[in-house]
Amino acid sequence: MYNFEFVKPSSVDEAVAALRDEDAQPLSGGQTLIPTMKQRLNQPSKLVSLTGIADLVGVSSSGGVLSVGGATPHATVAAEAGDYPALAALAGQIGDPAVRNRGTIGGSLANNDPAACYPSAALASGATIVTNAREIAADDYFQGMFTTALDEGEIITGVKFPIPQAANYQKFEQPASRFALTGVFVAKYADGVRVAVTGASNDGVFRWTEAEEALSANFSPNAISGLTVASDDMISDLHGSAAYRANLVKVLTGRAVAACA
Amino acid sequence: MKISLTVNGKTMSGEAEGRTLLSTFLREELGLTGTHIGCDTSQCGACTVHVNGKQVKSCTMFVAEADGADVSTIEGMANTDGSLGVIQQAFQDHHGLQCGFCTPGMVMAAASLLEKNPKPSEAEIRHHLEGNICRCTGYHNIVKAIMAASGQEVPAVAAE
Repeated sequence: MYNFEFVKPSSVDEAVAALRDEDAQPLSGGQTLIPTMKQRLNQPSKLVSLTGIADLVGVSSSGGVLSVGGATPHATVAAEAGDYPALAALAGQIGDPAVRNRGTIGGSLANNDPAACYPSAALASGATIVTNAREIAADDYFQGMFTTALDEGEIITGVKFPIPQAANYQKFEQPASRFALTGVFVAKYADGVRVAVTGASNDGVFRWTEAEEALSANFSPNAISGLTVASDDMISDLHGSAAYRANLVKVLTGRAVAACA
Repeated sequence: MKISLTVNGKTMSGEAEGRTLLSTFLREELGLTGTHIGCDTSQCGACTVHVNGKQVKSCTMFVAEADGADVSTIEGMANTDGSLGVIQQAFQDHHGLQCGFCTPGMVMAAASLLEKNPKPSEAEIRHHLEGNICRCTGYHNIVKAIMAASGQEVPAVAAE
């Protein structure tokens, strides 16, 4: 890989200042960024490490909201997000143990890989993405494959998840990469049910609103039996056709609802 | 830049660039070639080491991120008298290696598992080894070795 300048600030303000340089990029766990740099698909002139900023790491729960620091590794969320068990379970299924010790929630959400797990949890929970500059609702944050509402140099400092009454994540794993071939996160709140799908669509994570309406009226796997998922915008590759993924969305949603019971 | 680490209990230092990976630093700067580079794409786990007690793939971490950290590698797994450590001995006893290339990563992953879960089930061992690939496909004997290293009965594992 090409060389770069490495800096490791100890505060968010220092990190934001360091990111003002042209071609500077933030480095969180690096589990996606480092492989892409090795392939020379990415060549920042400067990497600003976020993992030395103590304020960005940790899990806490208060008033029905679970807050996760932006540079918190998946393994920590898996171990400490007990107040939101479905989120802890999702974090414990990402990649493998070594990846979970490095990869972070902020890195995952900033990258917004169309097959990543965390975007489905954030969207299904109606989470708030907190940055150094503002708070962004999950519904406004995800803007398509690898695209988010983040501005250049903006850092995710934390994510706030309203804790649902019941929730479950069903991941149909692509066995080689361990990314979601399709993953569905269902979260039931007092004011309705939210269903978010990852791994399936060419537009990245999305809400299946028809299922949300049906499940809000009747929270049972049978409630979605009459629905169909259009395959027009679904990803089609050697691992699965668009129609296959569209079917997985429905099957996994049913399983997630059943698992909530 | 100058990097200082504690590796297997000894303070070590050397020169690195921003792009220097922890695996490169261990092998080329410190001469600790027990940590293997299998795929260099974060898939195979042969380069697994512990950083501040946590299992990581050293090919997917810049050494600058580990500056000042406490690192454990395969070279630190033997007993102080040079005899094989418990996990290493179990790998030998149960033929848990064929070509041996993946073994450093397997042993480090196993050590990390047994630290958190001293009596893992066969399923838990297989789940924990998801990020470690053995191209000789000797997984059954690796699983047996880890069962033995945890002081458990070694079962007849599936598909034999």
